[in-house]
Amino acid sequence: MTMRTPLARVRGFGSARSGTEHFWRQRLTAIANALLTLGGVILMISLTGRTYPGVRQILGSPLIAVLMLLFVLSITVHMKIGMQVIIEDYVHEEKQKLTLLVLNTFYAVAIGLACAYAILKLSFGV
Amino acid sequence: MAETKAPAQRPLSPHLQIYRPMLTMMMSIVHRITGAALYFGTMIVAWWLLAAAAGQNAYGVFEGFATSWVGRVLLFGYTWALLHHMLGGIRHFVWDLGYGFGPEEREWLVRANLVGSVTLTVLLWLCFAMFGMR
Repeated sequence: MTMRTPLARVRGFGSARSGTEHFWRQRLTAIANALLTLGGVILMISLTGRTYPGVRQILGSPLIAVLMLLFVLSITVHMKIGMQVIIEDYVHEEKQKLTLLVLNTFYAVAIGLACAYAILKLSFGV
Repeated sequence: MAETKAPAQRPLSPHLQIYRPMLTMMMSIVHRITGAALYFGTMIVAWWLLAAAAGQNAYGVFEGFATSWVGRVLLFGYTWALLHHMLGGIRHFVWDLGYGFGPEEREWLVRANLVGSVTLTVLLWLCFAMFGMR
């Protein structure tokens, strides 16, 4: 029998959000991040010293584009959940906390979408 | 209805004032700090990708930033934070699997994390320097 108020349950914030969803999701995206970062580092090294046309061609190639889209998705989810925990740990005044939590979600989604847009634009060659 | 006033100020038991800073403690908060730094550093990644998608001029502006000394410092810091946070994440994963809690093990893990991140960052930037000379 849960002891949370209905509002608390709906918001899903606070230290016990919803079972182990956050714990698992953070680990899942962490594994994906580690693997994709390895690839990303190799990509960065291969891009060093290239001129713009070379960079554009590599970033626009299908395999690189798909891997980068996966990377953007994974780090976006990971950083949003991570920052959410930081905010909940240190901000306790209700209005401040809610504002920051909303801004956190907006920032994560905006950055993720902006990166995905750029990757798609590069790979569609427009 | 949610509590709208700030919670009453009750005395906290002292923690930072009395615990000797151990390496494991410091690395724990550094893991969080590097995470937060990467959170904001993602803006640089987004800028780079949007500039690449926008065209030669926009990319030139980004390149100007990336090769300036401010840009290089920020990018160096970003790569260190990334590698350090990644190795810290692996450390957490080892703990999740149930290993590495013993007194010597956790000290070793923490040192491996720090030494690893610094070494890998230096190696990475050596690679950048070498490949940049083509």
